[in-house]
Amino acid sequence: MASLHRIAAKFAELAARNEKGLITYLTAGDPDLDTTARLAEAMERAGADFLELGIPFSDPVADGPAIQKASFRALKKGVRVAAIIRTAAQIRSRTGVPLIFMTYYNPVLQYGLEKFACDAAGAGVDGLIVPDLPCEEAGPLLEIMDSCGLALIPLAAPTTTESRLQKIAAGARGFVYCVSVTGVTGARERIDTDLGQFTGRVRKYTRLPVAVGFGIAGPPQAAQTAPFCDAVVVGSAIVQIVTEQGSSAVDAVSKFVREIKSALK
Amino acid sequence: MPSATAQLPDERGYFGRFGGRYVPETLMSALEELEKGYLAARAEPEFQRELDYYLQNYVGRPSPLYFAGRLTKALGGAGIYLKREDLNHTGAHKINNTLGQILLARRMGKRRIIAETGAGQHGVATATAAALFGMACVVYMGEEDMARQALNVFRMRLLGAEVRPVATGSRTLKDAMNEALRDWVTNVETTYYLIGSVAGPHPYPMIVRDFQKIIGEETREQILACAGRLPDYILACVGGGSNSLGIFYSFLEDEETQLIGVEAAGQGLASGRHAATLNCGRPGVLHGSLSYVLQDEDGQIKLAHSISAGLDYPGVGPEHSYLKESGRVVYTAVTDAEALAAFRLLARTEGILPALESAHALAQAVKMAPRLDAGKIIVVNLSGRGDKDVETVSKVMEVE
Repeated sequence: MASLHRIAAKFAELAARNEKGLITYLTAGDPDLDTTARLAEAMERAGADFLELGIPFSDPVADGPAIQKASFRALKKGVRVAAIIRTAAQIRSRTGVPLIFMTYYNPVLQYGLEKFACDAAGAGVDGLIVPDLPCEEAGPLLEIMDSCGLALIPLAAPTTTESRLQKIAAGARGFVYCVSVTGVTGARERIDTDLGQFTGRVRKYTRLPVAVGFGIAGPPQAAQTAPFCDAVVVGSAIVQIVTEQGSSAVDAVSKFVREIKSALK
Repeated sequence: MPSATAQLPDERGYFGRFGGRYVPETLMSALEELEKGYLAARAEPEFQRELDYYLQNYVGRPSPLYFAGRLTKALGGAGIYLKREDLNHTGAHKINNTLGQILLARRMGKRRIIAETGAGQHGVATATAAALFGMACVVYMGEEDMARQALNVFRMRLLGAEVRPVATGSRTLKDAMNEALRDWVTNVETTYYLIGSVAGPHPYPMIVRDFQKIIGEETREQILACAGRLPDYILACVGGGSNSLGIFYSFLEDEETQLIGVEAAGQGLASGRHAATLNCGRPGVLHGSLSYVLQDEDGQIKLAHSISAGLDYPGVGPEHSYLKESGRVVYTAVTDAEALAAFRLLARTEGILPALESAHALAQAVKMAPRLDAGKIIVVNLSGRGDKDVETVSKVMEVE
């Protein structure tokens, strides 16, 4: 299971350095796949520990305005799932960090569960996050992902009950993605959830690393979140920079990623 | 012949291979709580008694089953009966469901109601029920639909609801539902999401079906009383599928009655501009359940098209997908033009303006009746009245 190794090895490396990990998100194909690849490589150089690549879906119910709009722009330009997997392979050939896809269930289902897992693994992708696939429905995909050595990374929410946390932990691979707020993705000034209590609840049921995402706007929120988890996810704030600067966003994104990463050391 | 779906959905919310719960984790405990709350309410005679009281005295149920004599004569074939859901308070079948769910919301201690709406009929019915029980109400509606159903927007506001325009995607029902789901994800602890069709994640397809099945229960009694037998055909339009499932449900085990769901063929199935999900789509996941969906090769949801805002939806309730694959219900499609012709025919022959949605079911009757013997019986579910569509129809007539 080479791929799962890359995620676990990265968390081990971070723990040894006594650092918190940074997971950065991009919507693939916004403004184009070439820029997506350049941004991914730049983010690794700037200190990102994991790269999360969003495969756009037409009806992203878990996403706020920034990622919704980026998804629509990418789809309008005609970005296809197969092309995104090819771009992932290109990013893999030039970077060493774990690479994780995030998308909704229907694009994966229509591509074919088996074919998707196979092609993603072949491209050197390490994991997959599907925000509209709760553990009750995840069985078929989990089995296939396991056999391809890809991590199906589950989400937990502040509203998740103890009995559900137990079920989620049982099917968790790679790490558990804790949704910091009751809401959709999008940068927020403040996070009101009691993160210590929340990630503590999650850790009762799993030894896997715990990442926190949704709403982390910049270095202050990242620093505030870090004590309670092993990695933080920053998505909408980066997508917002790409929205504003398009294909010339590389410098601004690199600077932003460096700032967040230094807040985590 | 597979048996009826009385035992369905199963405990995981599936009708055969369709249904389920494909939603963000944040909503899962709310759906579990809703299911528990609903099953408890359903088992409680007092809950049913209170709902019956409002259905009878507030909605005006039972709605009549009317023999359309002049329409029957004009078409010269099978006898046509109309189930008059258009005569309900607020002018459509939607109120049956919103009253049931508002009583459920109250029982569960929720004070804020959100809903999505396409044509505005479900929005109006939700705003009405919320006003009746003094609850705060927010209705999400696509900007495109707000423009073509301006009258219903005004009605909702008069009833005290806040109508929030949705400017994303196709700016129609599909996007309104996305936005309502996002609101629910954010405010799940205080808010009840009142879905208007037999779509969405489990338990909604079951709940909405149960609150709409009164249409078929009454129809069954009424046709037995006036014709002494069950109908040969029941026709109903299918967007998300609540009025059709409502009238079909009590007849699923009566094999002598053919059940026909009528989808919107828009400008024609070959044009690609239609909303005929069961005729032209394939299984996929949209809005929380696995069902037939209009989508491209990559699973991106396609835009639907219909002259009727209430049918303009690229998905369909999962129980319909099950009934299609089991063969129990046949799904056809009629075009915008055929629906408009049926709209005018009913106006001239019976003095009834049907909703453009219901006009699709009527158009199917117009096609079938002349080819059937006079002794055959067709029941058409006249799911709503057409006052809201007068402007749309007048625009089309101007062009002609």
